[in-house]
Amino acid sequence: MYNQTEVIKDTSELGAEGELIINMGPQHPATHGVLHLVVTLNGETIKKIEPHLGYIHRSIEKMCESLTYRQFIYVTSRMDYLSSHINNLGCALLVEKGMQIEVPERAKYVRVILSELTRIASHELWLGAMAMDLGAFTPFFYAFREREMITDIMEETCGARLTMNYIVPGGLMYDIHPDFQKKVKAFITQFKAKVTEYEDLVTNNIIFQSRTKGVGVLTAEDAISFGCTGPVARASGVSCDIRKLYPYDVYDKVEFDEVIETAGDSFARYMVRVKEMNQSIRIIEQLIDTIPEGDFVGKTKNVLKLPKGEFYTRVETARGEFGIYVVSEGGTTPHRIKFRSPGFSNLSALNHMAAGSKIGDLMATMGTLDLVIPDIDR
Amino acid sequence: MELKETKMGNESFPGIIHETPGGGIVVSTFDSIINWARSNSLWPLSFATSCCGIEMMSTASAKYDFSRFGFEVARASPRQADVIIIAGTIVNKMAPVLKRLYDQMADPKYVIAMGACAISGGPFFYNTYSVVKGADHIIPVDVYIPGCPPRPEALLHALISLQEKIKLGMTREQIRGEFKG
Repeated sequence: MYNQTEVIKDTSELGAEGELIINMGPQHPATHGVLHLVVTLNGETIKKIEPHLGYIHRSIEKMCESLTYRQFIYVTSRMDYLSSHINNLGCALLVEKGMQIEVPERAKYVRVILSELTRIASHELWLGAMAMDLGAFTPFFYAFREREMITDIMEETCGARLTMNYIVPGGLMYDIHPDFQKKVKAFITQFKAKVTEYEDLVTNNIIFQSRTKGVGVLTAEDAISFGCTGPVARASGVSCDIRKLYPYDVYDKVEFDEVIETAGDSFARYMVRVKEMNQSIRIIEQLIDTIPEGDFVGKTKNVLKLPKGEFYTRVETARGEFGIYVVSEGGTTPHRIKFRSPGFSNLSALNHMAAGSKIGDLMATMGTLDLVIPDIDR
Repeated sequence: MELKETKMGNESFPGIIHETPGGGIVVSTFDSIINWARSNSLWPLSFATSCCGIEMMSTASAKYDFSRFGFEVARASPRQADVIIIAGTIVNKMAPVLKRLYDQMADPKYVIAMGACAISGGPFFYNTYSVVKGADHIIPVDVYIPGCPPRPEALLHALISLQEKIKLGMTREQIRGEFKG
């Protein structure tokens, strides 16, 4: 059994004179889960950050090797649970690509609409949680007000509030709720009216700006070399939106902008996510009235067997590029499966971003990375 | 002289207040007053390992608002918490940490296992090498909430049930026996 006291003893031996080593986590309110950071301090200045992973390692990759191609999709909901629908979509896309399954247009439209709703819900939660890390409690309630509308839509259509499991290879598990379009439009109206409140509360807040501007700067070269994706890389000026570069489902039919900021600091990462919510609304508005009639699931065999070979698909989750790599031996279960999680690569840049800054700024840097620990540990 | 039972909010005060001019006399037992006070201010430890933590945050948000029942003071330190809500999977590496957190809490302390993972390992029961098959292998659990993840109403129900048991002056052993049926 793992002994925690040993780790603490080991790291304290590394400390030179005048250095202080503190353990942040695994039980810490700002790590959003069970991340363990060993922070080496010189006074108040951070010298080094060493993340310790594995406190929520649930052996999902190994587990997937014993599950069929229909079953393994549900486990991925529990990895990046804030983008669970997009994770499911990535897995379904892989199976569809491998077996050349035709997906009906109706299913494609609904998948994209739900993906964008998931992205908004994830960014809303991040907004509330990050503002709470920086000491502002009120934005949490504002953000959850709109988020609850999305979870209600999800519950009505998918049957679950958080872990949807709505997608099957070939389409959707069942048709959308009759009220779906009406509810989504009501959400869009409310969101557009209320999003200015976030601007007033957070964006234009002078305390928030001075705590995030120029904090945790990541240059474009570093973002590429650390393998950062998603809003973290886009805030540094790297164009990496999978929806634009490798469009899947109906993303090639809709118009939206890839949000790119160039400052690379915490405030830029904040702005990217807030602007992305507006772009998601734009995508949903284009699709919601034109959902085609027809089947919601394509014709598939009961037992899915991927042909022998290697397969890789990627989707853009709320946190970045989520990749699924499957080695198939031709059977009903994957021979080996590997998930490329966006949070893992983004976390690897934390030491580079935070070294040299004050320990109080670590909250802002880590908060804007938007880490989901089960996604990192898998 | 008239003796009457006073109501404080929705909760009846466990005792009799004997009003006299300029003051009054309370007739009660210490135990019942302490249990009454304790049940209305259960401070949870903000301990979330995975998905269920998001539903716990939803419960704290304005729509469900668990501060109506006195749970809003989520503490980051186990030394200030009364109840630990295990929201999420416990894996082998996390198990000693959970035990340490539990040991650091001051008595009387209560444990709620939220979600299928904390009850039995849930979706990660089969074919995994790292998941603890139920948090009750590590620390004693008082209330179990099924679901993956449970709805916020389920969490509220569990917290209110725990409150009622404490109000009745039940010990932890009695509470556990009651919930297991």
